Amino acid sequence: MSGVTTEMTMVSALNAALRRAMDEDPKVLLLGEDIGTLGGVFRVTDGLAKDFGDSRVVGTPLAEAGIVGTAVGLAMRGYRPVVEIQFDGFVYPAFDQIVTQVAKHHYRSGGRTTLPIVIRIPYGGGIGAVEHHSESPEAYFVHTPGLRTLTPADADEAYHLLRAAIACDDPVVFFEPKRRYWDRAEVDTARAVDPWTSRVVREGGDITLVAYGPMVRTCREAADALAGQGVQAQVIDLRSLSPLDLDPVIASVQRTGRCVVVHEAVEIAGLGAEIAAQVQQQCFFHLEAPVTRVAGAYLPYPPSRFEKHYLPSIDRVIATVNQVMSL
Amino acid sequence: MTQDSHRHDPLSGFLPSDEPIRLLAPDGTATAHPLVPQPVDPIADADLLRAMYRDMVLARRVDTEATALQRTGELGLWSSCLGQEAAQIGSAHAMRANDFAFPTYRESAVAWARGVDPVGLLGLYRGTTHGGWDPVEHGFGLFTIVLGSQVLHAVGYAMGIQRDGSDDAVIAYYGDGAGSEGDVHEAMVFATVEAAPVVFFCQNNGWAISEPIERQTRVPFAQRAAGYGMPAVRIDGNDVLAALAVTRWALERVRTGSGPVFIEAITYRMGAHTTSDDPTRYRPAGELEHWANLDPIDRMERYLRSTGAADDAWFADLDAQAEALGERIRAHVRGAQDPAPIEMFDHVYAEPHADVQRDRTRWESIIAGGAA
Repeated sequence: MSGVTTEMTMVSALNAALRRAMDEDPKVLLLGEDIGTLGGVFRVTDGLAKDFGDSRVVGTPLAEAGIVGTAVGLAMRGYRPVVEIQFDGFVYPAFDQIVTQVAKHHYRSGGRTTLPIVIRIPYGGGIGAVEHHSESPEAYFVHTPGLRTLTPADADEAYHLLRAAIACDDPVVFFEPKRRYWDRAEVDTARAVDPWTSRVVREGGDITLVAYGPMVRTCREAADALAGQGVQAQVIDLRSLSPLDLDPVIASVQRTGRCVVVHEAVEIAGLGAEIAAQVQQQCFFHLEAPVTRVAGAYLPYPPSRFEKHYLPSIDRVIATVNQVMSL
Repeated sequence: MTQDSHRHDPLSGFLPSDEPIRLLAPDGTATAHPLVPQPVDPIADADLLRAMYRDMVLARRVDTEATALQRTGELGLWSSCLGQEAAQIGSAHAMRANDFAFPTYRESAVAWARGVDPVGLLGLYRGTTHGGWDPVEHGFGLFTIVLGSQVLHAVGYAMGIQRDGSDDAVIAYYGDGAGSEGDVHEAMVFATVEAAPVVFFCQNNGWAISEPIERQTRVPFAQRAAGYGMPAVRIDGNDVLAALAVTRWALERVRTGSGPVFIEAITYRMGAHTTSDDPTRYRPAGELEHWANLDPIDRMERYLRSTGAADDAWFADLDAQAEALGERIRAHVRGAQDPAPIEMFDHVYAEPHADVQRDRTRWESIIAGGAA
C-alpha cells in the first residue's frame, strides 16, 4: 500500500512519528532532557509539549539512569515511554538500567511483564562535535539479549522504524544517525514496512556492501561512483541490528562472492565481526575474497579535526572495494 | 491514626535527628509518643494485631526453612531477613491491595504479606526461575539484586499513578548499603521534582555485607531527605506498631499529592548477609546479643499476651500453622522438578525474535547431544 508522500528531513519524520503515536495511544509518553519547551537539542520533539502537555512530554532532571529507570516503572504501570538520550556518549550512565533491568525484565518475569520502552539515541560522527557526541555504541546493545536495536538510514525509514519501535512490546534501542538528521527524503506514511528485516537499497551483482544507519548513504554514493568504473555493488541496509537479518546478505554474497561491511563503530568486536563470521560460515564455498570491513580504528573517537580521516568515507569504501575486487 | 491527627499532619514536626519513634517497647508495653498516637487498640484491633504477629512468625518460618534447605543443598543461596520482620510486616500492612512495593532481595516478609507463595519465591534461590510470582497480581515487584535500581522503578511507577489520576501509592524498599547507589539519589530527585506518590522505606540494618553504616554515611540517613525537600521520619524498625503507624501516615500523605516521604527504620540483620556469608569475620562481640533482646517478634508476643489480644490456644494454633508451612515448603522445594532445558529460551522477548528462534533450534540439537 502506498499513499501521498511528503518531503521531510529525518528530524521532521521522527517528529511526525512521535506525534502520530501520541495521537493514537494516550499511553505513549516522552521523557528526556530538554525535550519540552526547547523541543530537544535536535528539535525532534519540537511542538509536542505544547500540543500534548508536560505530563506526556516530560522534561526530566539531568540524570540518564533516572530517565530509563523511571521509564521502567512507567512501563510496569502500563505506559509506553519513549525516552531520549541526548547524545550517544551520554547513554552510559543509563547503561546499567538498560542492560540489567530493561533487557532482562520480560525474561525474569517469565513473560508476565512487558516493557515497551523505546530508547532513542542520536549517534555517530561527522558533525564536528566535541568529545562524547560522535560515538557509535550499538554493539554493546546488540550484544545484550532482551533488547531490540533499530537504526534508520533516511527520513522515510526513520518514520516507519520509529512507529514500529513504539508499537513493539519489547524494549527497542533506537539509534538515530545524527549526521543524516537534516537529509531530506520523500516520506510515504502509508507504506507497509517490516522493520525487523534488512533491505536491498541498490542492486548489483559484483560485490555486496553491508551497512546501516549513517553508512547507508555513504555506501550508496560509493556504489554510484563504482558503477562509473564498471563495478556493480549491491547495497544492503540492515536497519534492524537485533534481530539481525542476514538472509538477504547471504543470498547476495552467494551470488557476488565478495562482501564488504561498513560501519563507523570501532572495527574490533564491532557488528562487522559478527556479520563476517556468519557470512563466511554460510557462504564459505562461494567466497572469492575475504569478507572485509571498513570501520573505525581502535581508538577513542578522536577530536573532530581528525574525524574525516577516522570515519569511513566514500573514498575509503571505493578503495576497499577495488582491493577486494582485485583478489 | 485518626482523621484529625492526619489533618494536622503531626509528623511534619519530626526532625530527622530525633530519637526513632517507638510505640512498642521491647518489654511489650505500648508507649506513648507525642507526635504519633497508637495506631491500634488492643481490643478493637485485635484481628489486625494478631494478623501482623502471625505474618511475622510465618515469615520467620519461611526464613528458617529456607536457610535449612540451603544447608542441605536444596537451595543455592538464601538471603535472610531475620530480625527485620517488624519493619517489613508493619509497613506492608499499611499498604492497600492496589498499592505497589518494589523490593530488594531481602524483602521476603513483605513478599509474604503481599501474598506471594514462598514456594514460588524460593524458585529464585533454587535456580528454577529468576522471578517466581506475578508482580501485578501481588503489587510486589520482582526481587532486585543490583541494588538501588528498583528505587527508580518505584518512582516511575508512581509517576504512572499520577498520570492515571489514581490515589494508589508505592513503597520503595532498600537498605543502608543501597542508599549509596546513584540510582537512589536520582530516584529522590525525580520523586521530589514530580511530587510522586512514593514512600522511600530504608531499612537501616547496620550492615552492607561486611561494611558498617559508618562506611555509607556520617549522618543519620533520614537527614539526607531534607536536601531533596521531603519529610523524613526515623522509626524503631523492630517495632511493628511504629512501622504500621508511620507508614500509614506516609502513604496517606503521598496519596494527597504532597510528594514523597522518607522513612528510616532502624533495625538489625540478625542473620548473615546470605548463606554464603560469615558475619563472625566482622560483627563485633555482643552486638547480636544486644539486638536479640530487641527482637521484634518477642516484644509483640509480650504485648499480645499482656493485653489479652491472643491467648495460649491461639499461639498453639499458630505454632501448628508454622509447622504445616514448613512441611509444605520442604516438600515442594525438594519435590520441584527442574524445568525442561529448552525452556531457558522462553520469554527472552515478548514478540518473536529471529536470533533467539535460531539459537533455540540449534540448542534443541545441542541438548540432544548434537554439534553446535
